[in-house]
This record gives sequence, structure tokens and C-alpha cells, in this order.
Amino acid sequence: MNLGKIYALALRHLYLIGNSLPRIIDLIYWPTVQIFLWGFISKFFTLNSDYYSNTVGIILTAAILYDFLFRVSISFNMMFLEEIWSRNFTNLFIAPIKLNEIIASLTLTAILRALIGMVPAAIIAIPLFGVSVFALGLPLLFLLLSLYLFGVTLGLLVTSGLLRFGPSFENIAWASLFFLAPLGCIYYPLDILPISLQFVAKGLPLVHIFEEMRNILLNDVVNYFDIFKAISISILYFVLGVIVFYVSFFGAKVRGTLINMGE
Amino acid sequence: MFIQIKNLSKKYKDTLAVNNINFSIEKNKTLGLLGPNGCGKTTSIGMMLGLIKPTSGEILIDNKNIETFKRDEILNRINFASPYIELPKKLTVRQNLEVYGRLYGIKDLKSRINEISEDLDIKSFFNRKTGELSSGQKNRVSLAKSLINKPEILFLDEPTASLDPDIGDFVRTYIQRYRAKNQVTVLLASHNMSEVERLCDSIIMMKNGEIIDRGTCEEIIKKHGRNNLEETFLKLARGKNESR
Repeated sequence: MNLGKIYALALRHLYLIGNSLPRIIDLIYWPTVQIFLWGFISKFFTLNSDYYSNTVGIILTAAILYDFLFRVSISFNMMFLEEIWSRNFTNLFIAPIKLNEIIASLTLTAILRALIGMVPAAIIAIPLFGVSVFALGLPLLFLLLSLYLFGVTLGLLVTSGLLRFGPSFENIAWASLFFLAPLGCIYYPLDILPISLQFVAKGLPLVHIFEEMRNILLNDVVNYFDIFKAISISILYFVLGVIVFYVSFFGAKVRGTLINMGE
Repeated sequence: MFIQIKNLSKKYKDTLAVNNINFSIEKNKTLGLLGPNGCGKTTSIGMMLGLIKPTSGEILIDNKNIETFKRDEILNRINFASPYIELPKKLTVRQNLEVYGRLYGIKDLKSRINEISEDLDIKSFFNRKTGELSSGQKNRVSLAKSLINKPEILFLDEPTASLDPDIGDFVRTYIQRYRAKNQVTVLLASHNMSEVERLCDSIIMMKNGEIIDRGTCEEIIKKHGRNNLEETFLKLARGKNESR
């Protein structure tokens, strides 16, 4: 992999963000709105629910982590969609950049975009609701890593769909994360799901991530085996995502859709 | 031969977009690719750029098969400009050239951008967003991007489409001069017959995915008993296939 080329493609997206104040505001605005919304819900539950009485801000912490996942995934999709919207697709794919360099660049830029939104939101939550996601301590890094990998994977699967079906797949890009949210057990424990769905949910890293988050905040105990399990499942999905992306790219070459991909 | 196309075909489901075409381009020559809309020009260029996988046949660039040789090494040596593809609109001209210069791994990028910007007279709108430019300005920026890596092979798809005569002439003159100075092999797809006559050493005519004629402009005009290439084009495009 050529770092210069990875940087070049990242630079294209950094310039895009830097050139537009509304884009920067957009990146920060939605996570902050989430914090306010879930902050007040969290406060209400904290005051009125036995389950949450021991711990302030479980829902808010879950909201921040879920938003991180959402931002990573949507950032990955958005950057790919930007190439389609700007009709730059052909220029990009005739440039001497390898597919793995494109993936690496989008992956690295996605975390930057996600952090631009997440960090201010996480900091606002501290004085406003007395909730700090950083209270999770070192495990937070591992949970974020797992979410990051899974977010990128979802991005890869959606971009594969864009390569396969063209810009009409765009709506799926926006809806992709909501498909998995009910099974992810983000705001409620796994036990809430019917047994059959629990089995399916355990196949997603989200359940392990958010169960562990609750475990840490409620019981003040870290189960590193569960964190390891979450990261392992995320890596597995990531590899699958990369394979699907490659298959879609070569499929697009066969169908000839790379040359006229546009709005 | 620098570019060799051997028995190249592309089939999409029931449609045969390109049907067993063969041609070659010598180094530093310009070949015109002519034909009515839907004749297979874009598909052929797409295959030569490595964006479309041929159903059968081979594309050799400097004796290297583009399907099997290292993709990025071949792409480093070629480039493409077309009014139908664009550079990111929200980036300034300078930012776009910088991004593509880096993607092509240009060593002294600053001086290369400077050189090409002066040549194409784009410095006056260097810091404007590409999406805010006029067609003529966009066209020159697109050409600058396509020359950023000093390509050995340049694919041009209707490089002067939608340009006024003055800018169109500027672009044609620039391409002529650039070719003379830089030793570049050009494949030019165009519907502008005077442009083709002015820039191309030889031409191939395509229709329904097949090559229906080839030769120099003079040869083809003479062969079909017409006064100019435009009349010859109309005859071939409207008539039955003649020779291959």
C-alpha cells in the first residue's frame, strides 16, 4: 500500500469538509442533538426506573457509542457517494490507486469525520447531564475499535451495493444501520429479545459491545473475554465486507457500470 | 505497436456492444475513434481504461495485457479527459490538481501544477471551486488533470464538446502543441469532424459495435468519393457496412 495515495484520497475529503462550514456544522449538529434527546430520556429513566437507578447515563453512553458507529458507517458511505454525486467516479477509478488503498483511505477518513461529531457531543454530555463516556475507562478504546470496524464493514457492504446496483442503492445507504439497530440491543439488554432473535443477535458484535458497556457501568466489572469476542466478530465481518467489496467491484467491471456511474 | 486491440468484444446480456474489433496505434500517433452514438466508442474506451472487463479479446499496452499486468503501473502511464465526467465540484482547481497529482505520485507536484496551469491558462481561477467555473474553464481544468502525470497515452472523449469556437480552437491547438512537444499517443473520440481532420493521423469508423472502415482521413474521404470527413461520416453512419 502506498501511503501517499491513501493520503491523497483522504485529502480530497478533508478539503471537502474544510471548504464548507455547513458541512462541519452538519458533522457536529446531529450527534449533539442525539445527546440532548437521549440525555433528557436518560434523565427521566434514571429518576423513574429501578433498573437504571444505580447508574446515571447508561442510555446516554449507549447513545454516544451508537452514534459513533452510525457516524463511521455513514461517513464511509457519504465519501463514496460524494464521488458518484460529483461524477468523479471515472477519474478516481482510472487513477493508479489500488482498491485496498481506496478502502484504507475511506476507513481512515471515516474515523476523522466521526470524531469531529462525537468528541464535542461527548464533552457536552459531561457538564450538561453529568455523564461521561470516558467513565468506561480503557475498555472504551476496545469498544470503540469494535464499533469502528463494524461501522466500516457496514460502509463497505453499502458501497458494494452502490457498485452493484448504482446510485439507486442510495436510500439503502441511509437506512442500513436502522436494519440492525433492533437486534443490536443498544438501549436494552439481550434478554428482552425473543429467544430466536437472541440467537441471531449474538452473531452481531453490537450485542457484545453494548452488553459489556452495561456490565461495566452497572457492575463495575470488565469482562475482557466479551470485548475480545466483540472485536473478533467485528474483524470477521470486516474481512467479509472487504471480500464483498472486491466481488462487487469486479462485477461492476463486467457490467460496465463504473464508467457511467453518476446521478 | 504501442496499443494493440485484438479481437475485442463486449456483450451485455443480449446486447453486443463491441464486436470483435482489431486495431493498433503506433507510439506518438493520434487515432480518431468515430461513429454514431451508441456505436461502441465509450465501451471500447472503457475497456482500454480498465473500467470494463472485455467479454473476449485482448488489450495490450506496450505489449502488456491490461487485464493481467499490474493495474496501477499501467494506469500511471495513461490518463483520460471527457466533458461527461467531472472533478469534485466543491474543491478548488488547485485542490483538485493537488489531489490528482498526489494520486499519480507526481514528484515535483508544485512546479508541475504551475507549469500546466500556465500552459492551459487556468491560473486566474485557480482558487475558485471547480463547480463554479464555465464549461470552457472546466474543460481546461479537466485537460490539466488528464496531463498532470505526463501520460504516455491520452484518451480524449469529445474534448471540445459544448465549447465556443474560440475555446475549442484553443484546446485543439494546445493538444497539437502538447503532442508535438511531449511524445504522447492519443486516442480521440469525437463527433467534430474538422477536429478529427486536424488532430488525427488516422481514424477508425465504428458502427453497431464493429469497425466499418479505417485509414487516414484523406484515404477514407477519397475512398467514399466525398468532399470532406463530415460527408463521409454521414454516408457511413447511414449506409450499410462497407469494409473492415
